[in-house]
Amino acid sequence: MKILLVDDSKTMRNIQKSVLGQLGHTEIEEACDGVDALSKVGAFEPELLLVDWNMPNMDGLTFVKKYRQSDKTTPIIMVTTETERARVVEAIKAGVNNYVVKPFTPDLLSQRINETLEKVAA
Amino acid sequence: MDPIFTTAFIKSISNVFSTMLQLPVDVGEPSIKTGDEHPFDVSGIIGMSGEVAGSVVLCFPKDAAERIVAIFTGEQMSLDSEDFPDAIGELVNMVAGGAKGMFDGREVSISCPSVIIGKNHNVSRLKGVPCVLIPCSTDCGEVVIEVAIQDQKQAHGAGASAASASA
Repeated sequence: MKILLVDDSKTMRNIQKSVLGQLGHTEIEEACDGVDALSKVGAFEPELLLVDWNMPNMDGLTFVKKYRQSDKTTPIIMVTTETERARVVEAIKAGVNNYVVKPFTPDLLSQRINETLEKVAA
Repeated sequence: MDPIFTTAFIKSISNVFSTMLQLPVDVGEPSIKTGDEHPFDVSGIIGMSGEVAGSVVLCFPKDAAERIVAIFTGEQMSLDSEDFPDAIGELVNMVAGGAKGMFDGREVSISCPSVIIGKNHNVSRLKGVPCVLIPCSTDCGEVVIEVAIQDQKQAHGAGASAASASA
């Protein structure tokens, strides 16, 4: 499965890559902000996206709104420090399928990835 | 500063360090920064804006920073490693982001993190806003959170009251 990680922190992308590797996912592309992600989705054609919210150049919410204009179905998990209920609702309205709050344990991220993929497959 | 803010940062750093680093944090007594404190080698800085504004700085001595980053990234890095600031930035991002979620529904945005590395540096902050130091002891060494933030409604309310009292 092709997975796109969108986070301005290389450390966070590496942590996510490690968790995905443990789940058997190795076909991973990385983007450092929303602009970078938009430039990569066309060629990479991800089947799952993990997207941070607070990033320079283009934040994750703006990216999700733009991405959803052309792709309504590919699952997106927002992985962010934003915990306020209003923000979560805003993200879901924009087209996010699932939500993981940082800090997270590898088990929690694995669980959210699996449940998101299961819902999409159902 | 509203005690709710101090409590939020104490809870947040404990949560971030225990979840991401499996590192317990022993929090000491918060105090007001006087400017005479011993300076640090590494500072991760986040700005806050909205209904609460100011800055949050996560400060480390060199050895503690290197040990904590090694646990966080799974790699030994020195202060001059290319990826070192990124790791510090992500830690302060999680601490500040987690804390603002406990600000009783106040609408607050956080900036992208900045990181300063260098012996005996100082970080400027908003004038007129008291800075609270929260000392944290870990098995990797000492970490201090410097919180200089202000509830904007209270700040403007206080200004209006002072203006009407002097009129």
